[in-house]
Amino acid sequence: MTHSLRIAYRQSRALIACGLLALSLLCLGQPLAAQELGPLQQVLQQDADLIVKSSRTSIGPVIDRIVASGLPVVPAFLSAWQDKNIWQREADGLFFIATEGEGRSYALTDLDSGSEVGTAQKDALSQLKPNSGVRGLIATALVQFQLSDPIRANREAALTAIERRPAQELLAPLRASIASEPDAVLMARKLRLERLLTIGYGADPAERVAAITQMSTDLGVDVRAALNPLVSTSLKVATDLPVDVNVARRLVPGTDIDRLQAYDMLVAADLAPARRSSSDMKSLLAEHVEGGTVGGVALARLSNPEARIIAYAALVQEGKVPALVSDEDIDAALGAHVFFETYAEPSPEVTDAARAALQSIATRVDLNQALDLGLDAISLASIYFLAAIGLAITFGLMGVINMAHGEFIMMGAYTGYVVQQVIPNHTLSILVAIPLAFAVTFAAGVAMERLVIRHLYNRPLETLLATFGISIALQQLAKNIFGTQARPLTAPAWLDGALVMNDVVAISYIRIAIFVLALIFLGFFLFLMKRTRLGLETRAVTQNPRMAAAMGINPGRVNMLTFGLGSGIAGIAGVAIGLYAKVTSELGADYIVQSFMTVVVGGVGNIWGALLGATMIGTLQKGIEWLNPSNTLAAQTYMIIFIIIFIQFRPRGIIALKGRAAGD
Amino acid sequence: MTFLKYTAASALALSLGAGLAAAADCPIKVGVLHSLSGTMAISETTLKDTMLMLVADQNEKGGLLGCELEAVVVDPASDWPLFAEKARELLTVHNVDVMFGNWTSVSRKSVLPVIEELNGLLFYPVQYEGEESSKNVFYTGAAPNQQAIPATDYFLEELGVEKFALLGTDYVYPRTTNNILEAYLKEKGIAAEDIFVNYTPFGHSDWSKIVSDVVALGADGKKVGVISTINGDANIGFYKELAAAGISADDIPVVAFSVGEEELSGLDTSNLVGHLAAWNYFQSAETEANAAFIEKWKTLMGDERVTNDPMEAHYIGFNMWANAVTAAGTTDVDAVRTAMYGQEFPNLTGGTAVMLPNHHLAKPVLIGEIQADGQFDIISATDPVPGDAWTDFLPESAVLTSDWKDLGCGMYNTETKTCVQLKSNY
Amino acid sequence: MRKSFIAQNPSVLTFLLCLAAFTLGVSLLAEGFGVGLISTSFVKTLGKTLCLCLVAIAMDLIWGYCGILSLGHFAFFGLGGYMVGMWLMYARTEIIVERSLAQGVIPPTPQEVVDGIGSQIFGVVGSSEFPVIWMFSDSLTLQLLLVLLVPGLLALVFGWLAFRSRVTGVYLSILTQAMTLALALYLFQNDSGLRGNNGLSGLQNLPGVTAPQSAISLWFFWASALALALGYLLSAWVISGKFGSVIRGIRDNEARVRFLGYPVESFKLMLFTLTAMIAAIAGALYYPQAGIINPAEIAPIASIYLAVWVAIGGRGRLYGAVLGAAFVSLVSTWFTGGQAPDINLGFYTLQWVDWWQVILGLSFVLVTLFAPKGIGGLFDLLKRGDKA
Repeated sequence: MTHSLRIAYRQSRALIACGLLALSLLCLGQPLAAQELGPLQQVLQQDADLIVKSSRTSIGPVIDRIVASGLPVVPAFLSAWQDKNIWQREADGLFFIATEGEGRSYALTDLDSGSEVGTAQKDALSQLKPNSGVRGLIATALVQFQLSDPIRANREAALTAIERRPAQELLAPLRASIASEPDAVLMARKLRLERLLTIGYGADPAERVAAITQMSTDLGVDVRAALNPLVSTSLKVATDLPVDVNVARRLVPGTDIDRLQAYDMLVAADLAPARRSSSDMKSLLAEHVEGGTVGGVALARLSNPEARIIAYAALVQEGKVPALVSDEDIDAALGAHVFFETYAEPSPEVTDAARAALQSIATRVDLNQALDLGLDAISLASIYFLAAIGLAITFGLMGVINMAHGEFIMMGAYTGYVVQQVIPNHTLSILVAIPLAFAVTFAAGVAMERLVIRHLYNRPLETLLATFGISIALQQLAKNIFGTQARPLTAPAWLDGALVMNDVVAISYIRIAIFVLALIFLGFFLFLMKRTRLGLETRAVTQNPRMAAAMGINPGRVNMLTFGLGSGIAGIAGVAIGLYAKVTSELGADYIVQSFMTVVVGGVGNIWGALLGATMIGTLQKGIEWLNPSNTLAAQTYMIIFIIIFIQFRPRGIIALKGRAAGD
Repeated sequence: MTFLKYTAASALALSLGAGLAAAADCPIKVGVLHSLSGTMAISETTLKDTMLMLVADQNEKGGLLGCELEAVVVDPASDWPLFAEKARELLTVHNVDVMFGNWTSVSRKSVLPVIEELNGLLFYPVQYEGEESSKNVFYTGAAPNQQAIPATDYFLEELGVEKFALLGTDYVYPRTTNNILEAYLKEKGIAAEDIFVNYTPFGHSDWSKIVSDVVALGADGKKVGVISTINGDANIGFYKELAAAGISADDIPVVAFSVGEEELSGLDTSNLVGHLAAWNYFQSAETEANAAFIEKWKTLMGDERVTNDPMEAHYIGFNMWANAVTAAGTTDVDAVRTAMYGQEFPNLTGGTAVMLPNHHLAKPVLIGEIQADGQFDIISATDPVPGDAWTDFLPESAVLTSDWKDLGCGMYNTETKTCVQLKSNY
Repeated sequence: MRKSFIAQNPSVLTFLLCLAAFTLGVSLLAEGFGVGLISTSFVKTLGKTLCLCLVAIAMDLIWGYCGILSLGHFAFFGLGGYMVGMWLMYARTEIIVERSLAQGVIPPTPQEVVDGIGSQIFGVVGSSEFPVIWMFSDSLTLQLLLVLLVPGLLALVFGWLAFRSRVTGVYLSILTQAMTLALALYLFQNDSGLRGNNGLSGLQNLPGVTAPQSAISLWFFWASALALALGYLLSAWVISGKFGSVIRGIRDNEARVRFLGYPVESFKLMLFTLTAMIAAIAGALYYPQAGIINPAEIAPIASIYLAVWVAIGGRGRLYGAVLGAAFVSLVSTWFTGGQAPDINLGFYTLQWVDWWQVILGLSFVLVTLFAPKGIGGLFDLLKRGDKA
């Protein structure tokens, strides 16, 4: 359309619209100067109430009318509306695109001309806030304008809109846009969407069956979402099996469907009289009390159910109440009718193909779900391992029961939070937080070892008590300092999102990061124990403190450093756990029992034991969750019971070790 | 300063005449029964501070009946039996005239026998599961029909959700709410297999499996929506996992009944934009009263603090109580209770809340979308909905009604026309 | 025999006399009976404290005398409370439901009454069916028997499994803690049949009793005092005989006792079960005074507090456990109740609510480090002073 032509077109539209509008405005009696309004504004004003209220249930026709106006500014208006940029001036009810300016004033842009027409205070305007449902409808309406848009992002938005609402009318524009698509990625998406839409809305069954077979190896949720509606059935009842419907199967009452349920269906379809429940019976009896008796039975006796039946039967005899529906009546009624399931989809070829495709997909989905569950289990195991690794050192190697271990984890997490307050860059702050958390908890661990634990090395039960005291003191201190609200510890942007292998298997990057961190710690621990002087000395002190001392090792120093190390690692674990869950003063308490379990189950004094313990507990918990998906709490209970029984058989854990720790 | 206030108060008392002043023992004591330590301190400390602010405000206005108000704060320490003990202490040792308190349902159930025995008066500010009506409690939070049902309607009508995941923490509020919602959804024609229910423990953090289960629900081509009654800290892990899975509010919307401004302040919300919450109050409501309330709160508590729905409930409850005391001319519990019925007080969000004879408020229901700054964009507001103690969607309670004004019964069976019990069920 | 036993243990007599004097004093000063100097809520607190003393004695027996640091005795305490709570709830609801149904024209069938009770009790948690475990809840006798049997059986099975495989020391502590956690998590489930997180409430109302709480609180106070006295006597008797010598031997050197031919496992198992039952009785008396029981009561932390009371009181002596439990729980109540005055340091107002836990935690550390004998150790000092 050339420029002059377009103007002519617009003017003619405007003239017609003005005429219409003038009429309607006259009827409404609104003091609007019709000649000032642009054509789109006029279209909008006709439905102003519906647009302002904008409900998904009523906005559809309005959007259709706006699109049908064919005005060139429609796409721009729709996107602005979708982005909540359209405001209504309260004085005259006109709509504008408004952009925030100085103070509370907004710059208004005319919808038709696109030129700025002045400013208004926020109080004089009200924003149109289409809800998500309305925005979805707007997006669908925008699809036809965007599918071949030169801007890639717009084409992408159109495809997303189709994915969200795969409507029949979108198939034709989508097909038309495929040939001209320059981008390979979008091209693939378009082709795939075309197949999916064909499954649902293709012209003839053969075309649809072809599309179904083509997609029958695809794991996408959208494929199943396209196939499942085809095979969805509804349960029906009739006196004879109808011939003109696509019947999935017939049901025999008593085997395929519960007798009473089937009978209730008949009742609902007005094909049989209703059954009387015992409370119905009771209220009917209560209505026929005569001089202290009902149907000849004394009132006092009616606390007996059998007496009630006698009384009711007597009332039936007298014809005062309807008869009860007997078992024979039910059987007769059921025998006289057929129960069957029908497909909503009329074509049997399509339903057969869809069923076959879904079956082949189901097997794949099961396999992939198992894989996903496995990934979840590994991820949970690595979290448990991370929480327990410090404990594997302090409890496993040194035999010190540190109930405040959880609070060291918490301290690490809070360190991360504090660092993030100082350094706003998330990546940098995490890099700073990790060594800092180590330093803080290392210092705390060393202090605790020197001040408390050192004096209690031969009294393990009292260590437990003393460290428990420290634990509650630290928890309360955290509450006093940081308050009781959960504090945010935000992961850097590059850890957002998930590694998606397909629609079934996905794992978030943050979990992968935790897994990697757990691996690094494992390597670090092994290196430290096997390759360094400190490791050698630690092992020596673990195995025989007196002999080690005789060899010139200072057991006090080694113990101090080892304990500090274990605590420091707990601090780093705290940063990781805070990233994935939450930072509260109770963070550590959530992990402490689990961590002890991990170490005890795995076997004290051996890092591989802790690893095995964490793997076992993680897998077990996920396994139980899978068996009983509706109750995660039950999963935890069963897991603990399992661990208790497991320890009966291997009281020293999976990997038993000799030495000071093994001797209790 | 206190001295000045005191003399002002007594001067007022004198001017009002001896009769009025004699009707109440000065000072009038307001018990505050919120946990200041333990797991619930996270939510309840805020309410304690709100109460102190409201009491100080009232004193600035000259107190009540010529008396200074005195807040008596005790700490039940998130320990449910301790709630009963502290309530008894407030009523018998401190002789408080009214109590404002409790957050969890179990703590309320713990307190109920005590206040019913001693004829106390409690204002309970939190949304709850209903199915209860006590003569001695005014429920200023939302009943299920003032939060859950309108939010579900919004899902059904506005978002076109056809398949529901009801995720909750395993305790009585989610359980009962979800039972009600299941019955309601079935009534609305949603098949039983299209309702997925899952319960997790308090403070649950491992959400990956549940989130992927929810995504998998979309496999039969129906629009999936999540109704979350997940409580407290567990939300943080849940929303983080949701964000990590890249689930946008346009794909699978989540509406939460226990997530407000306070909970979001522990989260980076940029990935959660568009997910929903249903409350009777949002901080973002644009009214003058709300702006003043927020400003007062922030000057008192610090700029980063937010306001939330239970705070508004206390605000309305306290002011209604103050007006009822003025109207009754005494703090006597029975007189105040009678004066409470029909009390009206402006909401912070606009409109007026009314106290009904079933001890619930009529309040508007708001639905807000989470924004990147941790606030809510209010996208839907209903007309005031009268709170219903006994839900109409469960067969056992559909026949029950509560009317303390005319029927004098909180559990009245409309079918048999009898009062099931006068004490509440606990 | 009895005479000589008391004569051998003069401290037992002293304790019983002190307890009797205390009970009498409280009764006379209480609201329901005497002058009213002690409020009903404080009588309840004191009654509950006596129950805590009783469970502390059980803890002292198993830990102080046998060296088994059980972090699960509060689970038995809670179970005892649940058992008695089931009857209290059932019987109370039965009265309400029968009264309500009697208003109808047609008298209710027994099934209707049971259904009514079910929907009253479980309606709160969104269910109305009676779970199997409530089978005996209509009978007080059976339910009281269960107070002993259920925790006893749990202790027996758990103890048998644990002792048989020779789990000892800290491992056993962690295992008992795991048991407590498992039980608490189980009870937290709404489907557990015990009303999940809500637990059983309104237990302070005795079914069919119209007496005011001021009187009921005293009855329970007396019952708790009696239970404590009997529990103390029983424990003193147990530890004074040969059985006591063997378990002390196990504490000091388990292997040696085993080599001497004693079935160590059976001794431990008997003591473990016995103390579990004492704990259960204490719980059964405690929760009707507290008014509500729910799974949070059983959480592992409660059992750890129990150990702390005994440690602070001084383990290995029965009165130490009583002192520790009474002292720490009462002081905790005082500090967390908002009665303790805030301390203004000028730059910071020290609120006890915020700092009490910190002080409590650190005092455990100090007691463990510097006063392993706890408060009871002070008595030793006094005695030594007397002799000198």
